[in-house]
Amino acid sequence: MGSPPQLHLVDMDLQEFGERQGSAPKASYTAPKGRITRVFFTDCNRQLITSHDGGWVRRWDTETGDMLQEVQVHEDAIQDMQVSPDGSYVITASLDKTAKLVDIASLETLKTYKTGRFVQSAAISPLYDHVLLGGGQDASQVTTTSAKAGGFEARFYHKVYAEEFGNVRGHFGPINSVAFAPDGRSFTTGGEDGYVRIHHFDMDYFTTRFF
Amino acid sequence: MAAVTELDPLEVARSLFRDQPAGFPYENFDLEELILPEDDDMGIRSDEDEEEEEELETETGFGSVIVVDCLPVVPEDKHEKLANVLKKIYSQIGNVREGGIFMPKDANNMSKGFAFVEFFSPQEAQAARAQTDGYKLDKNHTFKVSMFDDFDRYAKVPDVYAAPEIKEYSAAENLHSWMLDKLSRDQFAIKYGDEVVVMWNDGRRFRSEEAYKRTYWTESFVQWSPMGNYLATMHRQGVAVWGGPSFQRLARYSHQNVQLIEFSPAEKYLMTYSSIEPTNPREKVQVALNVFDTRSGKKLRIFAGNMEDYAIGSSAGPGGALRWPIFKWAGGLEDKYFARLAKGAIKIYETPEMTQLDKKDLKLEGVQDFEWSPAEPLLAAYTQEVGDRPANITLYRIPERTNVRSKQLFNVSDVKIFWHPQGDYLAVKVDRFTKTKKSTYTGFELFSIREKDIPMDVLELPNKSEKVLSFAWEPKGHRFALVHGDSARPSVSFYSMKDDKGKLGVKHLGTLANKACNGIHWSPMGHNIVLSGLKALNGQLEFFNVDEFEVLAAAEHFMATDVEWDPTGRYVASSVTSIHQMENGFNMWSFNGKLLYTMPRDRFGQLSWRPRVPSLLPREKEEEIRKGLKEYSRRYDEEDEALLLQADADVLQERAKQQEEWDAAAAARQEYAAQLRAFYEATYGEAAKEKEYSMTTVVVEQLLDVREEPYNA
Repeated sequence: MGSPPQLHLVDMDLQEFGERQGSAPKASYTAPKGRITRVFFTDCNRQLITSHDGGWVRRWDTETGDMLQEVQVHEDAIQDMQVSPDGSYVITASLDKTAKLVDIASLETLKTYKTGRFVQSAAISPLYDHVLLGGGQDASQVTTTSAKAGGFEARFYHKVYAEEFGNVRGHFGPINSVAFAPDGRSFTTGGEDGYVRIHHFDMDYFTTRFF
Repeated sequence: MAAVTELDPLEVARSLFRDQPAGFPYENFDLEELILPEDDDMGIRSDEDEEEEEELETETGFGSVIVVDCLPVVPEDKHEKLANVLKKIYSQIGNVREGGIFMPKDANNMSKGFAFVEFFSPQEAQAARAQTDGYKLDKNHTFKVSMFDDFDRYAKVPDVYAAPEIKEYSAAENLHSWMLDKLSRDQFAIKYGDEVVVMWNDGRRFRSEEAYKRTYWTESFVQWSPMGNYLATMHRQGVAVWGGPSFQRLARYSHQNVQLIEFSPAEKYLMTYSSIEPTNPREKVQVALNVFDTRSGKKLRIFAGNMEDYAIGSSAGPGGALRWPIFKWAGGLEDKYFARLAKGAIKIYETPEMTQLDKKDLKLEGVQDFEWSPAEPLLAAYTQEVGDRPANITLYRIPERTNVRSKQLFNVSDVKIFWHPQGDYLAVKVDRFTKTKKSTYTGFELFSIREKDIPMDVLELPNKSEKVLSFAWEPKGHRFALVHGDSARPSVSFYSMKDDKGKLGVKHLGTLANKACNGIHWSPMGHNIVLSGLKALNGQLEFFNVDEFEVLAAAEHFMATDVEWDPTGRYVASSVTSIHQMENGFNMWSFNGKLLYTMPRDRFGQLSWRPRVPSLLPREKEEEIRKGLKEYSRRYDEEDEALLLQADADVLQERAKQQEEWDAAAAARQEYAAQLRAFYEATYGEAAKEKEYSMTTVVVEQLLDVREEPYNA
């Protein structure tokens, strides 16, 4: 049946990093059934937050490994989870064709962004109230593609109004990963087609009042 | 001899079916969780069955028995003959049980003058009663047929009269409320997953607004009535209609396992249909149709019988199934006649009597297809070749049954009838055999109905071998569009029935060659058309104006499966239904091809626009308004601006509210976020203040090529 999903905490002393590779983890915690897709430290390293297949998001105590809270945020696997710039909430991207903003402290869903395709990745802009979603059909199911090459889009939604206001085409395969640059002036997407595309926003992005 | 090991069946089961529970979970089984197969309720009453079962469920259990009275009194030797006559009559209507005909005799062995006939089901008994009550056996004997249980019921009538309760009057809502929308928006209904939502299309502000939403409103689909007053929902027990601004339930119509419905054009009547699969494979598939009065819900007429009696000619679908609608309503808004195809005849019924017009069929030997004009009780019928008589297309005026126009057709392989939506023209597509009879070529017979003597024109395609893929008349106009060709990229041609000066005669306006198109959709106001390449062609949409003969816009709605114009011709909705797994939802376009907004919704079932009540203005006045539109619009432009600003204010208010809520939540988290930041700075010390990254521009020079070229002085 395979091994159960586990979290491993490894001591990282950067000076001796090279020699210490391969040493045993300091602690391992077992999670309930459902592959762990992302994990972050939160709450000043006192807690961990994980996202799972099956749509679950869980909070753990770093020291003891106790699961503090679990909520089924999505109906299908969570493919990606990224933390907000201020560290108090995350955005989760799921195969149930939505992305959600989840408050870390309470695991309460703050906002939902709906699309028509699987969402593989989502990111929150550090500069404006925008979020970026990327996805597409699963690679194994792509039998029909848009007549125009480059039909896979990175979609921009307003974070608060949850309305889509723009999209950027270019990939000709599903987008697997999206990220904003830390200064919010560019974003990068990587896809199944093997390309990494770095997009720099032009003047209009900063001057136009979308809403 | 080897010993036989005892096998524990439970162990075997467990090893074969690892993940399934062993045995029936008697302890923790919850009846509510049981999911029943779709059509079968296994006799378990669901909480939804609030209405009482139809009165067919009788206490005596004799619901399938009828009493036929006023029979001739006959001596013993004639008993069997009379019984056989009854058997013959009733076997045609329903299945009579073996030995189901019983004629009581009196002391002298004369029949008493009445008989009991037993069927297999109460529905058949009801149908038999309806159809044979009043049947004239001969000059002196007219059947009087009653249900056996009626006797029981009438015997129970109390002797004391009790006055019925007078219910208090409750004012109904205005059913036309949607037409009075200040922003002149149209409504449409969408179904996705288990939700049905009626929405307002606010194309001018690039959005739609929910008017009414309900989960589990229907079990399969929803359907608007032809004038838009009612929305019908389908349920296992029958049909319900809803209307008014709050979509209250207006009426219910009982029809077990109803599958399809059809409203009459003026919404006075509702016809419901179901087919009944026989329990015994040797028996035939039955159909049951009910006609209801829409407003009162009263059942007016039942049609029942074998499917094969109804699936005649063009009413027959693939595999002997039926093509809906079986009964076609005459055009116009009087709801006076409806008709269906029968073998060698058309049966026309009139309302409100619900009996056949003049009590006889319209006999047409070899009739294969017929269509009513959408504007009046004029019927176009196609009869195929019979013996010496060639195929024919004939126009009959009902109720007079006069033959107003007729045309013989030779070498016919197939015929399709296309009426103009306002009944101005009739196109008959005729596929004829070539001289060698190996292939067919297509031509059109075009009738101008409004002209004296109904003149006819013939149109043949310039390229004889091309197939016609699609044909459509321009609503409220004189033109039609034709998709023809053999390849994956056919051509679209436009013709007019009148030239600029108004002279009659088919005129070719132009052809667009090589289009990725498999469907054409005229605007309901004419003048504009959408050429669509749906399903296999991946949702290509071309918005075309026929007056200027130019393409307004070419767009794509990836994987679109359906295209629908709104009733005013201002907007087009293209949708992707759940036959595709992805990209479900719809796009809203303006009539000239500008994408206004999209609404992705998973498991998308259908989008249907709410029809508008027909305009009370005559055609000439409408044309006049259209020509003078600039002047009229000046009056309303100011009003519209004010309304839009107000409506915009509502949206902005909603957004402001959302922003406020977000800011409040953010403020609440502020302290916590500050804590995290403090921790971060404490951990990284000096490094925290540094910029996380730096960007430098590096110029790299790379030698690509060195070339020497002589310089010619």
